[in-house]
Amino acid sequence: MKTESKLERILASGNLAVTSECGPPRGARPEKVREKAALLKDHVDAVNVTDNQTAMVRMSSWAAGVIIKQMGMDPILQMVTRDRNRLAMQSDIIGAYSLGINTMLCLSGDHPKFGDHATAKSVYDLDSVQLVRMVQKMRDEGKFQGGADIDCPPKMFVGAASNPFAEPFDLRVSRLAKKIKAGADFVQTQCIFNLDKFEKFMEMVCDRGLNEKVYLLAGITPMKSAGMAKYMKNKVPGMDVPDEVIKRLEGVSKAEQPEEGIKIAVESIQRLKEVKGVHGFHIMAIEWEEKVPQIVEKAGLFPRPAVENL
Amino acid sequence: MITAEQKPLEEIIAYIEPYDRIFLVGCNECVTVCAAGGRKEVGLLASALRLNSMKQGKTIEIKEITLERQCDPEYVEELASDINRTDAVLSMACGCGVQTLAGRYKEMPIFPAVNTLFMGASESQGIWAERCRGCGDCLLGITGGICPVARCSKSLFNGPCGGTCSGKCEISPEVDCAWCLIWERLKALGMEKRYEELMEAKDWRPSGGGGPRKIVRKDLVL
Amino acid sequence: MKNFEPEIVAFCCHYCAYTAADMAGSKRLSYPPNVKIIRVPCTGKVDALHMMRAFEKGADGVYVAGCLEGDCHFKNGNTRAGQRVAYVQKILEDLGIEPQRLEMIMMSAGMGERFARTAFEFTEKIRELGPCPVKPIKK
Repeated sequence: MKTESKLERILASGNLAVTSECGPPRGARPEKVREKAALLKDHVDAVNVTDNQTAMVRMSSWAAGVIIKQMGMDPILQMVTRDRNRLAMQSDIIGAYSLGINTMLCLSGDHPKFGDHATAKSVYDLDSVQLVRMVQKMRDEGKFQGGADIDCPPKMFVGAASNPFAEPFDLRVSRLAKKIKAGADFVQTQCIFNLDKFEKFMEMVCDRGLNEKVYLLAGITPMKSAGMAKYMKNKVPGMDVPDEVIKRLEGVSKAEQPEEGIKIAVESIQRLKEVKGVHGFHIMAIEWEEKVPQIVEKAGLFPRPAVENL
Repeated sequence: MITAEQKPLEEIIAYIEPYDRIFLVGCNECVTVCAAGGRKEVGLLASALRLNSMKQGKTIEIKEITLERQCDPEYVEELASDINRTDAVLSMACGCGVQTLAGRYKEMPIFPAVNTLFMGASESQGIWAERCRGCGDCLLGITGGICPVARCSKSLFNGPCGGTCSGKCEISPEVDCAWCLIWERLKALGMEKRYEELMEAKDWRPSGGGGPRKIVRKDLVL
Repeated sequence: MKNFEPEIVAFCCHYCAYTAADMAGSKRLSYPPNVKIIRVPCTGKVDALHMMRAFEKGADGVYVAGCLEGDCHFKNGNTRAGQRVAYVQKILEDLGIEPQRLEMIMMSAGMGERFARTAFEFTEKIRELGPCPVKPIKK
């Protein structure tokens, strides 16, 4: 084991892992974090805590992560390179680790243009690949990015994101390979709606033997309505929502659409469980966290394994 | 070239409001090429400023001068003999020109009439686009001649983010995704393997992170 | 401002508007004496600065009269003149001068009547706007 991460232990044991996500509040109310996290408590192995997602200011990822940790859950510290330079990121990584956070996800982050501080200067001292590399070096070599020794290095289980659907498609496997080369231990993918295309992507991943080198968690998002599906298809960059998904949702009454959306998510998980190289699922129920437990249960991923028994 | 755009007239007018005699100084280099501060633009701005003062019922004396190169002390010297015949200088050069004037004529108020924007190239007549950030450590040799520092909205070094859509950047369908361009070009050159070489964290010192930059060429210094 | 007689400058292309003015003359069509014609080889030759200078010298209205779309003797001088007119209109607006005081007008060499009518209409428009807020200061 490289770290004390619960996620690492579950993945190493060969179990399918389940993660979900929790966006910290836009204000100083710790109970908001607890409310959201409590919905996920027994049904996921770890919870991603987003970092100023969509470039909107929120409670810091590590602070919300500590609140989640205090609930006996395992936070995954998300970190974007948009808001901090390498000094700030390393100090936050050490700080988070010293408070018990041992898993993180390295991202570049949405452009400030999309957020509520469009006039901000974005930092991008590092990109996501360089962040992965830095965190791995801190752990394995005990060195800061600048080269000096760290007194008690943070041992982070390092994650990265992969979007199999963004263009150019033929570059996406190479990009994943690059993140693995930089030191990614696990990867969480963008929401998967086009399963055929994802399976093609995974074939290419396995052809290169990358499935042996990284744990890949497939991204699942339940659709609340046909409207949401259309919005994601047309408005969210890098999202691939096939027309069949929209048609299927439109095929039932508006009141039944949420249930249909959950059904689609569960079926996707069941199909993807069989795909070589898929080691678990990352369920992103956008402002719909309360549905995560039933998706996990219906997909046959419950109960979650207890780490002590691994 | 260094590109620039004229400031809003309102801002320029506010700068020179207290003065009766103005030297309006253009530059024959970059700002001439990007039509922001050459002889022609000097003439137009002078005319607009005169119209404005007439509208206020005032007279303003504007002397139009366009120097060969405003960022060069040698040419800036040309103003020396007449400088006491003006109350203020309005410069239509880039920030380098404005500062060369301010450095030479220490007692004289110097105001910028343009906003200096970026180092760019002309895409076609009337259109200029950013191409270089002057990062001091050129990567073009390994990125297929397309700069990710200047042309990727996030200056990513190791490939496109997940927001690319039909070859365009997530910030706007008007902006090309630099990494899509790089990838296509590497493929055309048969160099796509190069993409997987990690680009380590950049040393930003030559880019300005090490403080203001300077070149000293001993062989040329007088 | 009852006795206001606007000063109008018309930059007229040699190949169309200027010839049209000629035709108006030979047809005995009258047009207001307010309009001072400046013959140019092509409206593409009219620089933004020429338009500005006309106002500086006291014009109340200025128009640039070029060939019909696609008929420019020099291919696209008229369209470029149109772009320049729009550019100068923006400067006038920023200075608090009504941009309608400047206009791009298109006609062909045979349109003597249109020339005369345009001269009338433009003069009337400027008469209604009143004198240009910018006037040379007489010393």
